[in-house]
Amino acid sequence: MNTATNPPARNTKVMNRFDLTSRLIAKLKNEEAVVGGIGNTNFDLWAAGHRPQNFYMLGSMGLAFPIALGVALAQPTRRVFALEGDGSLLMQMGCLSTIATLAPKNLTMIVMDNGVYQITGAQPTPAAAVADIVAIAAASGLSNSAWAADEEDFERLVEQSLSASAPTLIGVRIDDKPGIGTTRRDPVQIRERFMHGMGVREPL
Amino acid sequence: MAAAEGQTLPKALDEKASHEKAWHEVVLQALKRNDIRLVPYVPDRVLTTLIKNIHADPFFTTFPTAREEEAVGIVSGAWMAGLRGAVLMQTSGFATLANVLASLAIPYQIPLIMFVSERGTLGEFNYGQSLVCRTMRPVLDSLAMEHHTCTRSDEFEFIVDRSIKQALTTQAPVALILSPLLTGGKVFDK
Repeated sequence: MNTATNPPARNTKVMNRFDLTSRLIAKLKNEEAVVGGIGNTNFDLWAAGHRPQNFYMLGSMGLAFPIALGVALAQPTRRVFALEGDGSLLMQMGCLSTIATLAPKNLTMIVMDNGVYQITGAQPTPAAAVADIVAIAAASGLSNSAWAADEEDFERLVEQSLSASAPTLIGVRIDDKPGIGTTRRDPVQIRERFMHGMGVREPL
Repeated sequence: MAAAEGQTLPKALDEKASHEKAWHEVVLQALKRNDIRLVPYVPDRVLTTLIKNIHADPFFTTFPTAREEEAVGIVSGAWMAGLRGAVLMQTSGFATLANVLASLAIPYQIPLIMFVSERGTLGEFNYGQSLVCRTMRPVLDSLAMEHHTCTRSDEFEFIVDRSIKQALTTQAPVALILSPLLTGGKVFDK
């Protein structure tokens, strides 16, 4: 049986969450929104360098894509990225169809797939040995879904998504390393700063 | 009151409705008056006319979601980016929300506006619905959330309009529970 360290064979390099997140953030020049899912996903977003357009989830596992969808609907001219773990996405698969139906072209979803619940002790997810998240996304109606073969391919897919005519989902296989930083767990400040970043609030 | 739900209404309520605005019209107008444009929902029989009318009105962006917490995530993100929303659901759907209320809406101070069609009481025919209904108010109370059970047409507009405004200004969630006394509810008919 496959385990997290022996996933189904794919022509995809096993990359690192912090490295990929840093590569993404380095590309952002237009105050793009970035929504980070719970745990390591937003820890690495935090560690990649805080920006006011980042939103960090401290719970509500599985809602990174729905929250990002809300941002994308509210501000159709702003590019919105959402970073989500594979375990989180498994909790809220239905959102893929909702997003496919609404089809906001300014939304780029990135799934960090290590096949484990790293933060709780690296237990394999129920999908780890059997499911293909990009294939699930495509079958959910997100035809613009692809695995990134390596870091360069990831950057290329991110670039491509900026001018896509439909929402984009990028799957990346990552290692089982924990996040680099720890987000400051202050939900009101996170939300308030994000609203400043989105241009809907002025600081007090 | 809507013809589609007329069969489920006691006669007295039906007569009263003929010279008052239907409850779903009150909701739709209060949403508009308060510039609430985004309305994701998980449907319920009682909400049928409201959902149909919101779909028919280009003011709104409205669509079904697979789960209620997904809808809560969507309106939370939208509000933080400047677009107001409200979520429509049924009692059993509310029962899936404790985690997202406690980890997103309340601690991040998001004015989550929920309309909950109440199943499980006043003529319920499905035992599971009546059981899950009993969890709703204890969950709301344990989180100290604002909630109102709407039973009367003559108070309804006041409750809806004021509750929406309070949620937005205090940045706190609110649940408006639509009682069968207001809507007619859903009854065993076959």
